[in-house]
Amino acid sequence: MTKWTMVQAIRDALHLALQSDPNVLILGEDVGRNGGVFRVTDGLWQAFGDERVIDTPLSEAGIIGASLGLSLNGFKPIVEIQFMSFIYPGFEQIVSHIARFRTRTQGVFSAPLVIRVPYGGGIHAPELHSDSTESLFVHIPGLKVVTPATPTDAKGLLLSAIRDPDPVLFLEPLKLYRSIKEEVTDGWYEIPIGKAKVVRRGEDVTLLAWGAMVPVAMETAKYWENKGVTCEVIDLRSLYPLDEAAILASAKRTGRVVIVHEAPRTAGLGAEVAALIQEEAFLYLEAPILRVTGYDVPVPMYALEASFRPDVKRVSRAIQRVISY
Amino acid sequence: MSSDYESDWVQYISAEGQLTTDGRKAWEQLSDQLKIQFYRWMTFVRLFDRKMIVLQRQGRMGTYAPLEGQEAAQVGSALALTDQDWVFPTYREHGVALTIGFPLTHVLLYWAGRVEGCKPVSNLRYLPPAVPIATQIPHAVGAAWAAKLKKEQTVAVAYFGDGATSEGDFHEGCNFAGVFQLPVILFCQNNGYAISVPFSRQSAAKTVAERALAYRFPGIRVDGNDVLAVYMVTSQAVKRAREGQGPTLIEAVTYRKGPHTTADDPSRYRPREEVKHWSRQFDPLTRYQLLLKNFQLLTDSEEEAWELECKRRIEQAIKEMESLTSPPPTHLFAHVFSDLPPALHKQRLQVKQKEGKEHD
Repeated sequence: MTKWTMVQAIRDALHLALQSDPNVLILGEDVGRNGGVFRVTDGLWQAFGDERVIDTPLSEAGIIGASLGLSLNGFKPIVEIQFMSFIYPGFEQIVSHIARFRTRTQGVFSAPLVIRVPYGGGIHAPELHSDSTESLFVHIPGLKVVTPATPTDAKGLLLSAIRDPDPVLFLEPLKLYRSIKEEVTDGWYEIPIGKAKVVRRGEDVTLLAWGAMVPVAMETAKYWENKGVTCEVIDLRSLYPLDEAAILASAKRTGRVVIVHEAPRTAGLGAEVAALIQEEAFLYLEAPILRVTGYDVPVPMYALEASFRPDVKRVSRAIQRVISY
Repeated sequence: MSSDYESDWVQYISAEGQLTTDGRKAWEQLSDQLKIQFYRWMTFVRLFDRKMIVLQRQGRMGTYAPLEGQEAAQVGSALALTDQDWVFPTYREHGVALTIGFPLTHVLLYWAGRVEGCKPVSNLRYLPPAVPIATQIPHAVGAAWAAKLKKEQTVAVAYFGDGATSEGDFHEGCNFAGVFQLPVILFCQNNGYAISVPFSRQSAAKTVAERALAYRFPGIRVDGNDVLAVYMVTSQAVKRAREGQGPTLIEAVTYRKGPHTTADDPSRYRPREEVKHWSRQFDPLTRYQLLLKNFQLLTDSEEEAWELECKRRIEQAIKEMESLTSPPPTHLFAHVFSDLPPALHKQRLQVKQKEGKEHD
């Protein structure tokens, strides 16, 4: 067991994947000699060489499109896109081809690549480096979308994504890259895609969060515990497919749900989750399902970032509302 | 169309059906069997194309993208490939599909709105047509890249039109191909129009081929209505790719005689005289038939017999296609994921219950 940050845990997963399967390739901008803009791939180019860890032209559609071609002809590409705000040139490749290749070829081919993307704000990054547009991707049939909130989950989920026979968008919360250190199990282990994690047991309110909002939800839960209200915090981890069973079980038990996400509110994943709960657990609810989200404005430059992202205060207000409804 | 389409192109058969000096050398290298194949496939593809328009008008097919005029570009290039080469077509490449051996029933199914028509067959590497423009170019580049990494001798071909050269994916694909020196052929059929917009509105460059210069690989302009020249130019590009000499951009200059699809009316955007000029002067099939007859490789009765045979095969395939039952509604879910996630499984069950069918 080693104490690692999420960056180190992801690097370890990539190292294991490169080691265990000669068809695994890493492609992206600056992933080679430089070890990636966040140093996630640090040392991999030196260890596995230029034909396995590949510095590509600055060309997101080219990287993602060529990776589809590589995957058709036997390789397992793991693509790194530098920031979620820069994935959009490759969006067409994802929505029109990668996500529907299995369907269009009637199962003869699939495009089982992994696209790793740092996302979200909270680190005072430059303008257009802090997008959290996961719902754009969750909406695409044929694509899995996952995001870890701990180093252990990051490694296990990434190894699952690499083994998955379908394409996976792997979102890495920037804010959590280096803010948590924990013991991470050595060697290959997988955390199944499609399973949420109860990170804190509680009886009164269910807090649903993912990525960098999980620590915010946890902190809020601690605050309320002192006041005699216990919150169950669930890290969704898998945004598509959703762990509907886990969400519904908790909602039915507590009857009060607050969903926290960094992405803008309208048509965010919170809307989908709220709809699911009211369809399946309406009679269990003691209060309306509330969402604490980013506002429906362009992600601000960092001077106003703290006002945009949900924090303990805002989540607390929502908890107050659902318990006093 | 710009008036200088003939500048610096490779032409082996003149519009009058005569071999040029270089054409004579090429002609001598080829077997009679291959020479007949050129004719047979171009005829087959043309008759197929015409039949499809009829079927569409009769309501037996959906909107269809005709290719008449582009038979030489498609048949000539496809015959230069093997069944181990990767082909990434657009929606107008039925000529390539049929020539390379993709089943006629699949092509028919595709235009009848049936996803089974997309399904690749096991003895070929012919992929489903790309519908968004130019997006298949990076795929071909990636498949070629894999071949290079695995030290395979296969090449990958991306087919696209002149409009595609304005898209970012064309540039990104060409750039990767050049940087990594990949065994890929970028085969552009410049048919003069992207739906209604002429090539002069796609690029200030006079040709597509010259754009290869910036990527540092050869760009070759060929008379796309000359099946012999297209075949030879593509064969050379294939040879270069197999020998590790990297990509080639081929611009086959041709003309789409009909509409973009059965849903548009080209008289709105093309002068009648221009269509007549191309159809009369440059028709790929007429030109080649003249040549074959000059060399006594084709007689009128052989021609008649082959056309009858083509029609018979086409009719038979249509019958076969129309007799294939459509999969049940639950087939919607059949290949979305390797294993259906629970929520999708639930949606599938809803469809199944609605249909009251127990099988799929």
